[in-house]
Amino acid sequence: MADETPPEGNGTEAGEVVEAAEGAEGAEVPALGEREQALLDRLAAELGDGVVEHAEACGDLVVRVRPDSWRRAASVARSELDCDYLSFVAGIDWMPAEPFRGAPGGEPSQPSQPSDTAYGAAGSAGRFQVFARVQSTTDHHGVTLKTDVDESDPRAESWVEVYPGADWHERECWEMYGISFDGHPNLRHLYLPSEFQGHPLRKDFPLLAREVKPWPGLVDVEGPAGSDEAAGGDA
Amino acid sequence: MSTTDRPVATRPSAVVPEIEVDPGAFRHLADAQMNVELDTGDMVLNLGPQHPATHGTLRLVVRLDGERVLAADPVIGYMHRGYEKLTEYRPYPQIITLINRIDWLSSFANEVPFVHAAERLMGIEAPPRAVYIRTILTELSRIATFILFLGEMGLQVGAMTPAFFGFRDREHVLNVIEGATGGRFHPNFNRVGGLKDDLPWGWIAECRRTMDIVFKSCDDFEDLLMGNEIFEARTRSIGIIPADVGTSYGVSGSNIRASGVDWDLRRDGDAYLAYRDVDFKVWTHPDGDSYARYWVRLQETRESARMVLQLLDAIPAGPIMAKVPRVIKVPEGECWVETENPLGQMGYYLVSKGSTGPFRTKIRSASFSNVSILPWLLQGVYIPDIITILASLYFILGDIDR
Repeated sequence: MADETPPEGNGTEAGEVVEAAEGAEGAEVPALGEREQALLDRLAAELGDGVVEHAEACGDLVVRVRPDSWRRAASVARSELDCDYLSFVAGIDWMPAEPFRGAPGGEPSQPSQPSDTAYGAAGSAGRFQVFARVQSTTDHHGVTLKTDVDESDPRAESWVEVYPGADWHERECWEMYGISFDGHPNLRHLYLPSEFQGHPLRKDFPLLAREVKPWPGLVDVEGPAGSDEAAGGDA
Repeated sequence: MSTTDRPVATRPSAVVPEIEVDPGAFRHLADAQMNVELDTGDMVLNLGPQHPATHGTLRLVVRLDGERVLAADPVIGYMHRGYEKLTEYRPYPQIITLINRIDWLSSFANEVPFVHAAERLMGIEAPPRAVYIRTILTELSRIATFILFLGEMGLQVGAMTPAFFGFRDREHVLNVIEGATGGRFHPNFNRVGGLKDDLPWGWIAECRRTMDIVFKSCDDFEDLLMGNEIFEARTRSIGIIPADVGTSYGVSGSNIRASGVDWDLRRDGDAYLAYRDVDFKVWTHPDGDSYARYWVRLQETRESARMVLQLLDAIPAGPIMAKVPRVIKVPEGECWVETENPLGQMGYYLVSKGSTGPFRTKIRSASFSNVSILPWLLQGVYIPDIITILASLYFILGDIDR
């Protein structure tokens, strides 16, 4: 686990990678805080080119690592960054939400989501991502780690060996997004009955209650036509 | 359930001395003993889903060797309501109503991190008065949650009186919360940018009086349970969570502070609410057992009451609502906000795409991780201790199942 260095990582100078990452990102992302920069440097020094991208989101460090460095990122975070505390592991589906089909006049009965695919902090290579947050209970810092998941064969490395608490989180992610975790001892349903079909948190999985009945609060939410810009203009 | 595919638990079989007995004699005894062998195989016992020690429906499947637990498997999901999916279909003001129901004993504290996340992304800040009232109400919900625990833990070891005290005294705190928000359990009082209403007239004096009741209540619990021989026998060295195991499972809040980890997000996390203006102590206990968890929560209840009194003295005047647009639209971005809730670390990872509703909300609830340690923790304990361990971990099923 810890000694399973990706072959690409060995040939690269750690310092070079850090500089490269900074050069690529320095132009667009705001400067990281001192503590965040130190965390990123230590992470990059250990993972080499396993670190794909980094970003700052509301003062927190978000680091995207390569899928084959995912488990190693966990062990580095635990041993080198003193992040002894696992907050969560979760999945995300960046596909735009499917427009609502059932409402009269084709009106969406949900807050409108943009139809273009825009990836969040630190970007994404495709539709699915797994992200996790680890923290230090002694130094009080934390880092959000992300990795890309292939859409055609959604799988990621399991963290259970590093953080045993990842067990339930990964089971939840597997049933909600259909992302399987290599090395997970016991990947089975957590919330849903074992015969459940489908992956509810995927964006193409419809919310059945809304298919049956349009949301009555719609009028409240969107406001009368035309007033929306006036009210939300200073947002 | 079949036990053939599992190795039978090894246990030295009783040595039966060889005695020569006339087969004709004692026939009636031999008949009675015929084919009666103690089955030393393990047995599967199903606890729940309905059990008074669980706030909601938690099912626990345990494999037993005699009275000792070999393996435990919590089965959750009986109350799964799919909040993470539902948030993607609702605008922000409606989600505040929804997330009240995650941890229903401290609903107000649930609202705070979510509202904070939206406010941070929008770049607005609630006015100081609203921040103070939020802090007071968060601490009040912590007191209400813990007082119920302090009473109920007694019930699980066979003491009825503390349970009644717990319900009685919590009612005073709930009355205060109701006085300010209009709701006993689900205040739905936070708004993005502030609060729904200001405090009613006379509320501050009422709140001070209630804090006296809380102090008195804590003394009662201490007198009743601390030092009680039965209580100590049932909780001391039972269900020990070592600090490193606890953190790697994501156990947080009072549970991890009872294992000696000096970590409280009110003090150590990003500055939120008015905790930087309050002088308070973070209580820890080195033992990590059920007793330590009870002790820490008892001290934290008192500490919260002290904090409320400090905040009531310092509450500033001013508006309770920042200037926000009528339709809440959160700019594109993502934000992680965590708070120290009564049950532990509660966090929301909010991903917005500039719409009136979130694109994705990862709800990190405290009880989920606190309970995920159960398969590890329950190995080797006796059946009656399961109940005290469950009670001392103190979880709300709505907080696990979301």
